[in-house]
Amino acid sequence: MATKSLHKSESQLANSKRQLEILSNGIFQNGELPTFKDKIAESNQFPLKAKKLEILQINVGYMCNQVCEHCHVDAGPDRKEIMSQDTMQQCLEVIKNTGAHTLDLTGGAPEMNPNFRWFVEEASKAGVKDFIVRSNLTIIKANKKYADLPEFFKKHNVHVVSSMPHWTRGKTDKQRGYGVFDKSIDALKELNAVGYGMPNSNLRLDLVYNPSGAFLPSNQASMERDFKKALLEDFGIYFHNLFAITNLPISRFLDYLIASDNYEDYMYNLVEAYNPMAVANVMCTNTLSVSWDGYLYDCDFNQMLELPVNSKVKHISEYNEDLLEGRPIVISQHCYGCTAGAGSSCQGTVA
Amino acid sequence: MSKTYYDPADLRKFGKITEWSEELGNKFFDYYGKVFEDGALTAREKSLIALAVAHTEQCPYCIDAYTKDGLQRGITKEEMIEAVHVGAAIKSGATLVHGVQMMNKVNKLDM
Repeated sequence: MATKSLHKSESQLANSKRQLEILSNGIFQNGELPTFKDKIAESNQFPLKAKKLEILQINVGYMCNQVCEHCHVDAGPDRKEIMSQDTMQQCLEVIKNTGAHTLDLTGGAPEMNPNFRWFVEEASKAGVKDFIVRSNLTIIKANKKYADLPEFFKKHNVHVVSSMPHWTRGKTDKQRGYGVFDKSIDALKELNAVGYGMPNSNLRLDLVYNPSGAFLPSNQASMERDFKKALLEDFGIYFHNLFAITNLPISRFLDYLIASDNYEDYMYNLVEAYNPMAVANVMCTNTLSVSWDGYLYDCDFNQMLELPVNSKVKHISEYNEDLLEGRPIVISQHCYGCTAGAGSSCQGTVA
Repeated sequence: MSKTYYDPADLRKFGKITEWSEELGNKFFDYYGKVFEDGALTAREKSLIALAVAHTEQCPYCIDAYTKDGLQRGITKEEMIEAVHVGAAIKSGATLVHGVQMMNKVNKLDM
């Protein structure tokens, strides 16, 4: 289990340029596999273009209480990139005027940003239809100061989306760290206790499933059935929906794929599972990702690869939704992760 | 020629079988795909049966394929090893039950 981020351990994969080289060399350079650009061109889907904005996703910092093996953010306790209150203020101006129906806060553990609560309180006043916070669950149990988060989320009608790689302790702890499973179960019980995830409750609690290894997620609906049955029978826990998300070959997951000699097989799997129907609804076409320092990206993955939006508008301070619409999406081979099988996005499958 | 009879990378080429006989290849893959769909048995149950049979057939490609398939479906290690034991039990039982033939033959030949 990792204890340090790639950045802290000065791994060469902490460098996004090195990651992009790996994703463009080898099997993609020698023609063994088609590049993502060539693949989408086969179905006349190149260049991918941004449609009307639906989801504004804001990454409020890379600091996290966990160091998950598959993390595409390379988040951890040693990451110091945190969104300032000034940048949050700039985001709030945008949130008040956006046409997006969903506001999605992510991290790291977003709750670790010292201005997180202020930001949620202010943002919730804007009346965005769906206000998501991506919470890793264990943060609720990490320190007394976070213990009231379930009540805080409820007060602001936040839609909680949480990661849970498996319904068994072994698989969960292997991916996310020793003890994570038990803490996550306790946190889910506390969320249920205030009404989150209960049948017919308006307090939305969804879980995210990421495979705990070099394989793709299975059918989202059947995984949801298995998760629901196991969590209810074993722990009396309820939740609403399960989002099955494919691990993209970047950052720590790329490091794992290479170290375990699974990289080529995994890329083959992604390319073989390529689904042109998923391309039509891929999340970068309706989402905008804002980084901790206010820069704009087509998605959280491009943010981590330091591939900014291809638009005149680069920063939240100069935000203009009309100008951003229609921009060509910046792509590389990691994009195969979002078009495999039923597709993958931060909201689950897309096809 | 490859220096070993089995190469893990050959599994990726399985679909190319169709290139040398499109009709038969397509018929096989259509049939194969249909077999593994949800039916009276779930696709999950079928995956575990396939894993057990992969072992009794000692097909390294099938073992790789259905181990990964199981992981994708959220099948646990405990379920996988039990399925392999079912295969092993049938294999050993199939050996042992032939002991009856041996006993019959001894009883017939021995005075």
